[in-house]
Parts: sequence; structure tokens; C-alpha cells
Amino acid sequence: MCRLAMKTASKPFSPFSVLQAMEAMQEGYDGSGLGLLLRGLEFTEYKYNAGDPILSGIAHSEAALARLNKIMTETGFELKYDHEFDVKRQMIEAKDRFKYILRVYKQSATWSSLSAEEVENKLMLTRLALRADGEAHGNDLTAFSLWPDVAMIKEVGWPLGVGEAMGLDSGRITSRICMAQGRQNTNYGINLYACHPFFIQGVATMTNGENTAFIPIKDWLSGRGFPGYIGYQSDSEVFAHILHYVTKQLKLPLSTYKHVITPLKNEELAVHPQGDFLRGLRDACRRLIIDGPNAVIGTLPDETSMLVMDAKKMRPATVGGKPGEWAIASEMCGVDAMIPDRDRSKDFQPMREHTVIIPPDRQELQIWSQFDQLPIHQAA
Amino acid sequence: MVSVRSIANTPSSLTPNDLPWIIEHREDRCTLCGKCAAVCPVGTLKLAYMRKRMPHLVLSATERGSSYKTFVGIRQSTEVSKRCIGCGTCAMVCPNEAIHPVPNNDRDRFRFVNSQQGEPAKRGGRRNVPGASLLDRIIFDRISMLTDPALDAGRHEFSCNTLLGRVLPPEEYVRRNLAGEWIPPVREIFPFVIGSMSFGALSPNMWLGLLQGVAYCNEVLGIPVVMATGEGGCPPWVLRSPFLKYIILQIASGYFGWDEIIRAIPEMQCDPAAIEIKYGQGAKPGDGGLLMWFKVSKLIARLRGVPEGVDLPSPPVHQTLYSIEESVMKMIQTMSMAWNFRVPVYPKISGSTSAKSVLNNLVRNPYAGALMIDGIDGGTGAAYNISMDATGHPIAANVRECYLDLCAQGKQNEIPIFAAGGVGKNGNVTQNGMALIMLGASGVHMGKFIMQSAAGCLGNESNRCNVCNIGLCPKGITSQNPKLYRRLDPDQVAQRVVETFMSIRTEMKKIMAPLGRSQSLPIGMSDALGIDDKDVAERLNIRYVC
Repeated sequence: MCRLAMKTASKPFSPFSVLQAMEAMQEGYDGSGLGLLLRGLEFTEYKYNAGDPILSGIAHSEAALARLNKIMTETGFELKYDHEFDVKRQMIEAKDRFKYILRVYKQSATWSSLSAEEVENKLMLTRLALRADGEAHGNDLTAFSLWPDVAMIKEVGWPLGVGEAMGLDSGRITSRICMAQGRQNTNYGINLYACHPFFIQGVATMTNGENTAFIPIKDWLSGRGFPGYIGYQSDSEVFAHILHYVTKQLKLPLSTYKHVITPLKNEELAVHPQGDFLRGLRDACRRLIIDGPNAVIGTLPDETSMLVMDAKKMRPATVGGKPGEWAIASEMCGVDAMIPDRDRSKDFQPMREHTVIIPPDRQELQIWSQFDQLPIHQAA
Repeated sequence: MVSVRSIANTPSSLTPNDLPWIIEHREDRCTLCGKCAAVCPVGTLKLAYMRKRMPHLVLSATERGSSYKTFVGIRQSTEVSKRCIGCGTCAMVCPNEAIHPVPNNDRDRFRFVNSQQGEPAKRGGRRNVPGASLLDRIIFDRISMLTDPALDAGRHEFSCNTLLGRVLPPEEYVRRNLAGEWIPPVREIFPFVIGSMSFGALSPNMWLGLLQGVAYCNEVLGIPVVMATGEGGCPPWVLRSPFLKYIILQIASGYFGWDEIIRAIPEMQCDPAAIEIKYGQGAKPGDGGLLMWFKVSKLIARLRGVPEGVDLPSPPVHQTLYSIEESVMKMIQTMSMAWNFRVPVYPKISGSTSAKSVLNNLVRNPYAGALMIDGIDGGTGAAYNISMDATGHPIAANVRECYLDLCAQGKQNEIPIFAAGGVGKNGNVTQNGMALIMLGASGVHMGKFIMQSAAGCLGNESNRCNVCNIGLCPKGITSQNPKLYRRLDPDQVAQRVVETFMSIRTEMKKIMAPLGRSQSLPIGMSDALGIDDKDVAERLNIRYVC
């Protein structure tokens, strides 16, 4: 079973503190890998401009790194900062890691005339091109993300061990959001892309539990013709893609996500103020209904964080914290480890109808219920 | 040896051993009550006076060596038209268990002469392929018990329903909702549908029983079962009743019954569940329907707007059918318009290698609400043997390739595919239906199964009974003869319909729970399917297991 920990704070903190929380939750999970996603980055050695895209990945050979450089240069990216991890190689299980990539680029000047949507599209296509290039060369190049203010690290091994091996305890990188997941996808075989969190165009999620409706959802998303809806080495990747689809393609508010993945029952919709709209939405998005047990933790480009459960709430997750600092974890002891000095009586464990949203100002939790009216015009 | 002329010997002469069913009669138990002969639907049984010689040894020259005894016994006719059909009604009425039919395990010679008067063999019922069907062999093997806590079929809530009707792509739905534009009608129904069986083919009692059962399922149990009428309309009182919403009205090439339906539209209390346009039928592709004159009773004549006692053939094709494009345009839109675009309209076709081209045409038509594909194992009230046995396409591969075709276009949620043809033919209705659903069907239609389960139809795949075509159904299911259909109590049929659907619903949960599915019907969940045949697994794109 996976363990999940996410912390969001107004003041940047070291990802290592989240890995220590993972350690607190160690009982019952196999610690076969680590996936980290950081937002709101600060580097001690570089003054980062939050608009510049950051590439995260692994070059498994010198040749792969050379090809990466070529692709990035040809696409018009200019390297601004190359973060060198203090890697303790003997502590890393895998032996084919030539270089961990965490690089800040300046995007091509020609993109300045493009709309935000076009730029986002180009960033995604560049990441996909890097991924495809790696896949065409025996998976010697892995690209996790290429996006402003997002860094990702994925590696096989015990999470705390990986953190130490990568030198994350040095405090050279800090961030305002850190999502961490402590397991490779051992259901299907080790694959770096199968490790949570999953990322697409700024949207990221991590999940615990199995998604038994995976194949029909995957089939439907694959049929959208959207280039980023690929991969699916893990059944949980669809949660990120559905969140992307709902917020970016359908342009519906975040609180609608829950209505898509776990719609209300007929008798509940009958008394909902937007029941007709939601019933139609349920029909139209029927292939995106998930079947848990799952707890889905997500973050958006504006540093909003969220937590939702499956409809039968068969996976635990707790959110707790105080203004300016919040933590979500699959175990209560994980929240304790991340924010020990909070009022525990205000911890919240969402029920099947809830969407917990921590807005970018991080002052308070918003708890949306599916029974509430949605802030959308067409359904009013 | 006697001369040839002294024994009956024509090319069509048969002995009881040449027939598909042989009557086994125990004269030591028979009370000669005559019930079996009276009830036999085809008149094969007869009470006959017979004489037998009683030889005994006589030494005197003045006495005869033998005497003769006359007795009364039951005999089986060997006439082609009166051969035993194996229905077993005789055994049902016999007070002494003295009689029953047994299948002739030797290959009967009857089939070679079953073309008297130049008329090829016909029957009702089924395709007659005994043994496990392909659907029976598909198992659900992706059990999530070890990786995650399994669901509890008895305790958890399950969403078992499906959608019938055109579903918009989400972007278009949101746009039209915002713009206040037309959104196509969608019905939420139970995925096991009572398939099209016409009011002429079924007896009034059978039809009433089905409708009562369906209404109970909807209104008391909350199982939204719908039933389809088949061609030939719907009783006028039903058209004007609140039960119409449980009924899919079928229009076929003869348009029988539609005069009555169209006239009733202004008086309808509710809309029908859907309109089914029948272009083809799995059991007899390319054939129109035929209601024989003896089934055209006063009531049927009234419904269909024809004189009593005349044959009612439907043409094999619709008069409007120049091409599928034209047909879709004319019929689907006309039918949609008749109910002001509030009722889903969809075509029913025979399973065929050309199903995909029909489907792709429907995908591009904004009014098409679904596609119903009826496979070769589908049943019928009457068809030529050659059509039933050898014409058509099995349903599994047909549904699968249509579904995968929709997936490739990303439209699998927009046009639901309904499948029929052999669902539950060996009794495994839920397993068969769920296998088709996981192959990509949104739901299934069942005809023969519901007749067997709800009304005790005697037919089986070994050609037992299967004489729905002659109007002499021994159970009163497919007959317009009051003497026969009075045997069937509508209340009891309704009770069995309800029991059947309750049982299907529980079995669905028993399949879905271990697969970890409860939130939605697992349409296209092909990762859960396995079969012990490599070639089939490859063709259906599912897992080979052994």
C-alpha cells in the first residue's frame, strides 16, 4: 500500500522534512521508490524567476544527455541553471543514472507572441518529444516534467535513503509545496514513469489504492486525441489526466472534479440545485467515473492543493495544519510529523462527498461538498 | 419375404426411430385416460386399437393354433407434419408417468424429408447449438481481492444501470448547456432488456405478464427494466397508460401497428422509453417478419389495422431504405421529430461483418441514439432453418470490433451499443450479459431467456418444441388461441419476471464486487475477461487463461 505526504506552506521548506514524515508512516508499505513534486521553488545557489520552465528527468547515459541538449537547443530553450545534485552513487540502487536533470531554461523569445495556451502546449510537446526520444533509445532518457516552477524527482529505493542519496537534506532546494509518494508501482513492474505523482501541464496528482475502472478510463482518454494523454504505466495516472481534462479542457471549477470521478446518485441529484446539469455531466463523463479505493491528492499551477476520496471512502487521508501551513497525508502520523504544532482537533478527514481545497493563500481549508451549489454560470 | 407392395414404403416413410424425438410409452402404467393425446400440440399421439396374435401350442387338429387379442394403446405418428416435437406436454398431463418423449441420439432421418410440398424446414425458437456457448466460456479473472479490499455484494451500494440514447461529448454538453441548446434524450435503464417480441407473436397473457412484471420492477424494486414490443404495435390502453415509459416501441418494415401509435401520441401520458427501428434480426438476417393468419386474431387485427385471419408478411427491407444514409436521415429523424426530440431512436441490425459501417454512419448522425446488434444466436417466432442455422454473425466478435472502432474514434460513450443473440441461452444470463458488457456493450437484450425463465418456455437447443411459428405453443406463450394462452396466468408470469430481474441484479453485484467495480457498469472493462482459447482471446483482445 502506498503512503502519501503533501505539505504546502507560505514559507519554503526542505523536501527532506516531508521524507521524514514518510518515514513516520513506514509501517505497512514497501518503500520501493520515491516520487517527489516541488512547486514554489527556491535555490540557494540561483535566484529563480518563477516564469522560467524547469526540466526534470534523468539522462541515463552521456549520449542521452547530448540528445537532450540538442532537442532543447533546437526548440529554442536556453539553459539558465543546471542544478547539480550531491549524489551519493553507492546509495542508489540503479546503476544507469548518468545525470539527474533539474534545469532552469529560458524559453524561446519567439514564444513571447504566443498565447498562454499555446505556450503550455509547446512545453508539453517538448516534454513528450524528450520522452519519445528516450523510449526510442532503450529508455535512456526520462522526462518527468517541463513546466515553470515545478521540479520532479523519481527514483527506486527507500524514500529517506533516496533523499539522502540525492542530497536533499542539504537545504539547497526548498519549495512551498512538496508532494511525496513512497512506492514504485509494484503492481505492474518497475517503471520510473509509473511512480506517482503524475504530471501534465502543471496539474499533478498522487493516489493510493487501485483504480479498477482503469482500462475503460484509459481507453476513453486515449481517444481524446490529446497528445499528453499517453503513458498509463500506472492505473493512477488517469486521476491526473481527468483533473487536467476537467479544469483545462472543460474549464470547469475544481469542485466539479469530484462530480466527474464520483458522481452523486440519482436520488441525491434530484434534490441538488444543479441536479439536471450534473446528471448530464455524469452521463457525458461516464467513462471517467473511477472505482476506488482511492485518496487523490492534487496540486494545480496556482499552488492550490486538494484532496478527494473515492465514493465508498475505503482509503484514509487526513488534512491538518494552521494558517500558512497545511499537510495532507495518508496516515495521521504523517500529518503529525509534518506539522506537529497544530490544533489536532481541527484535523479533517474528508467523507465521500467532500473536496478539500487549500487555496494559494493557505489561510484556511475550504471544504466543498458535492451537495453544495457549484460556482458555475451555466448550471445556475 | 413378402412383396414390396404389401408394406408402406414411400420416399418419405419414416419409423419412430427416424424421428428426432421418440415417445416412450409404458403400457403397464397407462390408464388410457387419453389426456396426452388430447393435449399434444402437433397431434402425434393417438389412441389406437391394435390386435396381436396369441400363439399357443395345440395338438388337436380341429382347433386353431393361435388366437387374437384386441387392445388399446398409444402410438406415435410418423407423418412428417405430425412428428413428435419433444415438448413433453404429454408427460406433464399424464397421471401415471406412463409417457414421455426422449431425444433420438442416433442422427434422425427426419431432417432429410422435412421439405414436403417443396417447403423448406421452418421453426421458431433458437439456433439449436447445444453445449457451452462462447459467452459461457468467458470468465472474470481480474480479482482485486489481494491488492485492495474487495467490495461486499450484499452490503455496498452498486450502480448497475446503463444509458440508452445519444450522449454528447463533454465539451459539447457543457457548451450546449451554457447556450441553452437541445441536449439529446438519454434514458437510464437496467442493462438487461426484454428484447423485441411482438404482440402478435406473444399471447396477450404473456405480454400482460411481462408488462406487469416490468412495472413492478420499476415502481416497487427500483430496477429500471424496459421491454421492447417488436413489430406490430402496442395495445391501445398501454399507449395511453403511464406504463408506456417502460416500453421500447419498434417500427419495422411492415410498419404494422404504427397507425394506432401515431394516433395515440396526443393522448399519451408519457413518452415511450425509446423507438427501435428494426432493419434486421439475428435469427434471420435479410428476412422480413411473418405473422401467420392463424395468429391474426381480432385483437391483433385491430392493433395492426388489418383484416382478421390473413397472413401478415413484412418486407425484408424498409420501403424508404435506399441506403443507410437515407434511412438514418428519414427514419431516425422522423421518429425523433414525432416525439419532439424527447425520445431516443436507434436502429437494430443483424450481426454482420458490415455492422461497423452502419455504426460509423450513426456516429455522424446527431439523432441516432444507439446501435442494437442482434447476433446469430438470436431467437425468432418463425424462420427458415437455413436462416437460423447458417446466416448471420456471432455477437461477441461483432460487438467487440464495433466497440474498439468507437474507442479508436474516442466515441465509445456517445453511441451505446446493445447486444443480443444467445444471451442466457444456457441459463447463464448474467454471466453472458456481463461478458458482453465488458467486451463493450452498454447493455443486452434477451428474448428466449425471459420466455424460459418467466413463462416456462419448453424450448431448448436440442430442438425441443421450437414451434413458436405454428401458433400451438403448449405453454400458451406464443399463441393467439385462447384455449392455449389461458394456460398462462399473467400474474404468475409477472412474479417470475420480478424474480428473474432480482436474481440478475444480485448476480451482477456478485460479478462486480470481486472486480472492485461498484460505481459504474464496467462497460469495456476487457482487462477483467479471460477465456481458455487462444484464438478467441486474440480475436476479442482479451486474456488467454488456462
